This record gives sequence, structure tokens and C-alpha cells, in this order.
Amino acid sequence: MSGDYASAIPELIMAGSAMALLMVGAYGGGDARRGVILWCAAGLMAVLGIWVATTAPTGQPAFSGAFLNDRFAQFAKVLILFSSAAMLVIGNGYLERRKLMRFEYPVLILLATLGMMMMVSSGDLISLYVGLELQSLALYVVASFNRDSQRSTEAGLKYFVLGALSSGLLLYGASLIYGYTGSTNFTIIAGIIKSEGVSLGLTFGLVFVCAALAFKISAAPFHMWTPDVYEGSPTPVTAFFATAPKVAAGALFARVLYGGFGDAVHDWQQILVFVSVASMFLGAIAAIGQKNLKRLMAYSSIGHMGFALVGLAAGTEAGAQSLLFYLAIYVVMNIGVFAFILSMERDGQPVVQIADLAGLARVQPAHALAVAVLMFSLAGLPPLVGFFAKFFVFKAAVDAGLAPLALAGAIASVIGAYYYLNIVRVMYLSDQERPLDIVSGVFGKVMVGGAALAMAAGWLPFVSSAIGLTDATLAAARALGG
Amino acid sequence: MTLTAFAFYVFASVAVAAGLMVILARNPVHSVLWLILTFFSAAGMMVLVGAEFVAMLLIIVYVGAVMVLFLFVVMMLDVDFTELKSGLAEYLPVGALIGLALLMELGLVLGHWVLADAAPGARAAAMPVPGDLANAPALGQIIYDRYIYAFQASGLILLTAMIGAIVLTLRHRAHVKRQNVLAQIHRTRAASVELKDVKPGQGI
Repeated sequence: MSGDYASAIPELIMAGSAMALLMVGAYGGGDARRGVILWCAAGLMAVLGIWVATTAPTGQPAFSGAFLNDRFAQFAKVLILFSSAAMLVIGNGYLERRKLMRFEYPVLILLATLGMMMMVSSGDLISLYVGLELQSLALYVVASFNRDSQRSTEAGLKYFVLGALSSGLLLYGASLIYGYTGSTNFTIIAGIIKSEGVSLGLTFGLVFVCAALAFKISAAPFHMWTPDVYEGSPTPVTAFFATAPKVAAGALFARVLYGGFGDAVHDWQQILVFVSVASMFLGAIAAIGQKNLKRLMAYSSIGHMGFALVGLAAGTEAGAQSLLFYLAIYVVMNIGVFAFILSMERDGQPVVQIADLAGLARVQPAHALAVAVLMFSLAGLPPLVGFFAKFFVFKAAVDAGLAPLALAGAIASVIGAYYYLNIVRVMYLSDQERPLDIVSGVFGKVMVGGAALAMAAGWLPFVSSAIGLTDATLAAARALGG
Repeated sequence: MTLTAFAFYVFASVAVAAGLMVILARNPVHSVLWLILTFFSAAGMMVLVGAEFVAMLLIIVYVGAVMVLFLFVVMMLDVDFTELKSGLAEYLPVGALIGLALLMELGLVLGHWVLADAAPGARAAAMPVPGDLANAPALGQIIYDRYIYAFQASGLILLTAMIGAIVLTLRHRAHVKRQNVLAQIHRTRAASVELKDVKPGQGI
């Protein structure tokens, strides 16, 4: 039993410090301590990220198989912890300026991050569900954190109602799976599928679970909540939504499909192919008409999740590797882009319209250049790293015999490139009398610049081998196959 | 027909009918009352299968606490339910179509339902071993031992829900006078009463 707790030490620390920080806030001065609590939470996540990254996971299932601490979980957790910490730090200034910052915000982010860590470590349908709910519940609350704004309240409520519906789907699917196999444990489920095949009821359960997970990852046709929630939530919350939860949901998707249904690839491959094609095209086409940068990023995230799922649809080890690779690159790009969106202001008011970017290249050449690099990378233009992310998922799909899927992805990315390039066009070629102000702290500037630099230089062989991303994703994907 | 079978059919049909009335009743307060009846019937069925602890939980927790709370919420919130239902006619055809398709598919599954050969063994493996254990001790053993992880995580979920409810609704109103008992007790005569020597014809 003590070994069980030993393998969950990062989670225990997260839970303990979330409660401790809550007490500090509630009894130690309330919102006056919010700054201290935020920096403690961010620092804790960064330190835990380093600790998880440098500690070799045991690889042994804990808590009767409910909790898996393997290389896959390790990779996803490091990514989640670092991006959560980064988002907490760069969102702070924005929330302070809008007077939205309260001490519960970092605590809720800590709890959401804990939920994500539990998701990627889950080895059981029950632990999957409790992790997912912990994450989702905290996210519903932060979505409506600006409770005096109608948009924000609507975003939270919409997310909550649709999220509850998707949780219902997940539970129904899980009950069907349990009904057929008699177990909630992924390893046992995989064993039964290996020996006895897939029955109709199990396929139905799988479809329901896939639908619920597609909702969480905001893939079409379960994407309806995304644009409204992204637009209505306070921008730091939107930025958070676009990063760590995507990694967690994507990794969880891989965990369920590879860990529990690895021998039923043909049963879920067609679902994933459909979902990824629909997401890629919807993300590419629906984003074209958007005027609001936050809505645009929502459609962009739908599209990108489609690309990430192409890797998953391959159903091979290389597919899982390319999924993790894609998610890592995607998170870095989004941290940069949202650090920039958070700094857009005019007369002390935040602006999020694309048209407001006009003339930025004239007054803020460095920022404009960084954003242009990030946009080119999001569009997937070579030689930026965003291209390689797409290249690897397509390669995995082609190797798995899904060449038409890769072709569809290539077409969608060409269509999608239009609106990313449109942003660059507005920045460089349009002009207005008084371009917007860029208000950001040191961290915001570092994030924008760092992300752009990483995208611009990450493809160089000596840089990529220094980061070790390829090796790490490969090791993680190997652990997943079991 | 044995008594058990008869009781099962009574409870089951009442549960289904009352469940239907929950969504069909025009008055939301009536819906809540129908829901209580549904829970009672479900509790009856739990007793029939020998899960008396779950039956008691249903009565005490759901009927006794959750539903009463629900009733208060429904009665105290000023929600215009006719307005909420205004879109019904518009969405009914599509909704009914999807519902029907789903129902047919589920019927299909039910018709072809098979268990994996290994399922009974897998199911038994997750249960507490002693057969003579009563329901409550058995649940205690399984929750605090095998499923301690899920149990603690559920606690965290509830904590998050509590934080969320407070964050989104609690407002500290300024300029509202509150009674401070300690301050009242520690008032001294010297601090509160001042003797003024008023000269005749001058006032203060």
C-alpha cells in the first residue's frame, strides 16, 4: 500500500498544497494574499514538473491498477505541469488589471491540473472518470470567473451543461463496457478483448466513451461549446483551456484506446478517422469568417485537435508518438499566441478583434515578428516546427495505411493556412492611425519570444536532439502499448 | 408468481411510470415529487436484490436530503418554466427523431447482448472475499481499501464544487452592519461613555 502512495507523490503534493493554499487564502487575509498564493501555485507546479521529469517512473500499477505511473504519464504530466504554471503566470497581470484576480483562481487551477494528472495516469474507467470530473468541475468554475459579465457566466453555464451531458455519455459507455467485460480495469478489458473479441455491446460502449472524450478534446462534431466558451471566458482562462486540458484529454484518449482497446483498432479507427477529418475541415473553414481572435483560436484548436487525432487514428506506436509530439508543439505555440493576446490593449481596455492588429508591425516590430512566426508555425509552413508536427502525424497515418486521411489533412491545412496568414497580412500590410498598445510583463514577453524562437529554431537537428522531444515521445508511446 | 416477482414488477412499473412523469409534469414541484416516488421504488428494488444498505442510502441521502434541497431550489428560484419550454415545439421533431434512432440502436444492443466468458470471474475478482459479510461492512472494506483512490478523488471533486459555489456566489457587501459579539463584550465604559460638563445656557 505504501508503494501505491509512493507512486502518486506528485498528485498527493498537489492535493495537499491546493488545500493548504486554500486555507492560507481563507484564513490568512483573503484576497490580499492572492499574489503570494498564485506564485506559490505556479512555483509548485514548475518544481513538480522538473521533479517528475527527472524521476524515473516505477511503471508499476498502483491502487489495484487504478493508477499508472509510466513513461507515458510522465511525459504528459511534465507537459501539463509546465503549461499550467506558464498560464498562471502570464494570466496574472491581465486578471489584476481587470480586477478579476481572487485567491481562489490559483487554487482552482491547481485542482484542475491535479485532475489532468489523474486523467493521464488512469488505468481504470473509474479513475478516468474521477480525474476527468475533477478537471472539468474546476474548469467550469474558472470559465465563469468574471461573474459580473454575462458572457462569462454564459460560457461557464454552457460548458457546464454540455460537459455534464458528455459525462453522462461517458458513464453510459463505461457501464456498457463493464457490462460486457465485468471489469473497469484497462488491462483486464484488453485481455478479454484479446481472447474473446469485441461484441456489439462493447462497441457501443466504446462509441459512447469516444464521443465523450471527443467532447472534452473539442473535436467535431462535439465542438459546439468551444467558440462560445473561448470567447466568453476571461482571456487567461481561455488561454488555459487551449493548452493543458487539451494535452490531458488527448493523452487520456490515447490511454483508453491503446491501453484498453489496443486489439480492437478496427472498431475505433473509423470513428477517429471521421472525427479527425470533420475537425480538421471544420476548424479550417469555420475560422475563415471570424473577426474575434479568441473565437478564431477556438476554431484553430478544433482544427489542431483534428490533426492530433490523425496520429491516434493510425493506431500504431508511431501514431501515439506523433500525437504526443503534436500536443507538445501545439501547447508551446498556444502559450506564445495567448501570451500575445493577453497583452493586447487599447486605452486600458483589452481588445481581441483581428482588425485591431493593423499597423502593429510599424510600432511593435519585434512582437509582430514573433507573432508572425507563431502564425506560420500554426499554419504548418516549413521549416517551422508546426510543419514537422503535422508531418509526423501524416507520416504515421500513411504508414498505417490511411493515406486518404493524410491527404485530407494536407488539404485542410492548406485551407486553414489562409486565416493564419490573414493575421500576418493585417499586422504587416494594413495600417491604422493609432495601433494598439502592448501591455505585458517580463514573463509575457519571454513567453511570446521564447515560443517563437522555439518554433523557428526547433527544427534544427542539434536543437531538437538537445530537447530530446523525439526520444521522450517514443519512450512514452512504448509505455502505452504495454 | 411469487411474492418477490410480484413486488419487483410493482416497484419497476411504478419507477418507470413515475420517471416518465418527472419529465412530463407541467409543474416543476410535481416533477420533484414524482422523482421522490421514483427513488422510493428504486429503493424497494434494492431491498429485493438484498442491497439494503443502498436502499437506505437512497432514502436517507436522496429522498431525505437531495430532493428536499431540490424542492427548495425549485420553489425559491423564480424561473419562468413556460419560457424555458417555449422552444420545445421547434426542437421536438429533431429531438424525437434522434431519440428514436438512439432507442432503436439500444434495442439492437439489448437484443444481441452477450457477456464475455471471462466477465463473471473478472467481476468476482473486484469484490470483497468473505461471503458472510453484511452489506455495510463489505462496502466499507471495498471503499476504504480497494477503491481508496477513487474515494479520495471524489472528496476532492466535492471540495472543488464547494469552492466553485462560493467563488461564484459569495459577495462581501460593504456598508452592511454586522453584529460583532466580541467587540460588544469588550466595550468598556470608558471607551463608550463620555461625561460632558454642560454649562447652563450654553449647550454642547
